[in-house]
Amino acid sequence: MIIAEKKPIEEIIQEVKDFDRILILGCNECVTVCEAGGKKEVEVLASVLRMYFMAQGQEKTIGERTLERQCDHEYLEEIRNIIDDYDAVVSLACGVGVQFAAEKYLTTPLLPGVNTICLGANEDRGLWTERCQACGSCVLARTGGICPVSRCAKRVLNGPCGGSTNGKCEISKDTDCAWQLIIDRLKALDKMDDYEKVAPVKDWSTDRAGGPRTVTREDVKI
Amino acid sequence: MRLKIPTNFRIIRLPCTGKIDIIHILRAFEKGADGLYVVGCMEGDCHFNEGNFRARKRVEQAARVLDLIGVGGERVKMYNLSSGEGPLFAQYSIEMVNKIKELGPSPIRLARQRMSKKADAA
Repeated sequence: MIIAEKKPIEEIIQEVKDFDRILILGCNECVTVCEAGGKKEVEVLASVLRMYFMAQGQEKTIGERTLERQCDHEYLEEIRNIIDDYDAVVSLACGVGVQFAAEKYLTTPLLPGVNTICLGANEDRGLWTERCQACGSCVLARTGGICPVSRCAKRVLNGPCGGSTNGKCEISKDTDCAWQLIIDRLKALDKMDDYEKVAPVKDWSTDRAGGPRTVTREDVKI
Repeated sequence: MRLKIPTNFRIIRLPCTGKIDIIHILRAFEKGADGLYVVGCMEGDCHFNEGNFRARKRVEQAARVLDLIGVGGERVKMYNLSSGEGPLFAQYSIEMVNKIKELGPSPIRLARQRMSKKADAA
């Protein structure tokens, strides 16, 4: 899922201080799971902003709404009849949701309430870690299901670099060397022969290098 | 025991302090509470193992947020005691009420009063 983290409240206050009617718009998908922008976070942020401005002697209207998703037309349409009641929207969705809402409601400022971090997994309670960089041409079949693109700082594709020590990456002692993980996994799978095969030059045109990416599926179009 | 406790606080019962969420604490302040304290079981004695630890974290979260918005994090506190410690419960309630009296009314309550006066005048 997409991992995001809450923006500092001070930053959000700065963003919204000039608006009188503010809608806090949550998203029920990834940001709910990573506890950054779901219904609960909407309630907390709205309450905090209400109290902050009240204490400052300012009367502001702060509305709350959480959509099923902010990356689909039909859910974003649900706020069409209330959008004009607000001067600005703080979207707690990932960058996709904020942008999609901004595209739809051209005259309403859309402000991000979270920082979108990565595509990751919920490794432990309170710990989310990156697993994918959406490079567009998956190599996991060759690497024992561990991604050298997202988990190796250098994105090297043929074994570890010289910075790998005791299974850790030179960038931090808390960061596993992706290639150490790959080798351990290939050994467990009894597929170390795969490790010896030199990976072909990777097609990076499917990554960000090729500009913004789109997926078109004629078979599902109506 | 017939212990005397202050009458100016309201007890809200929870099945376990682990049920409390930061939003419950914030809402209390938003509605004009001057202070709030959570009384959980002794640490290590939670029937659900970590309910009171969760509560403590949430109280700390709320305190940080309240500090940030100028309400004052010292207005929230977590206490731990066992169900057999009635006198300690009374002592904590007196301690908390005295502390809140020292701090004075919450800026939110004052703001709400100002707003309602303004609305009455209009």
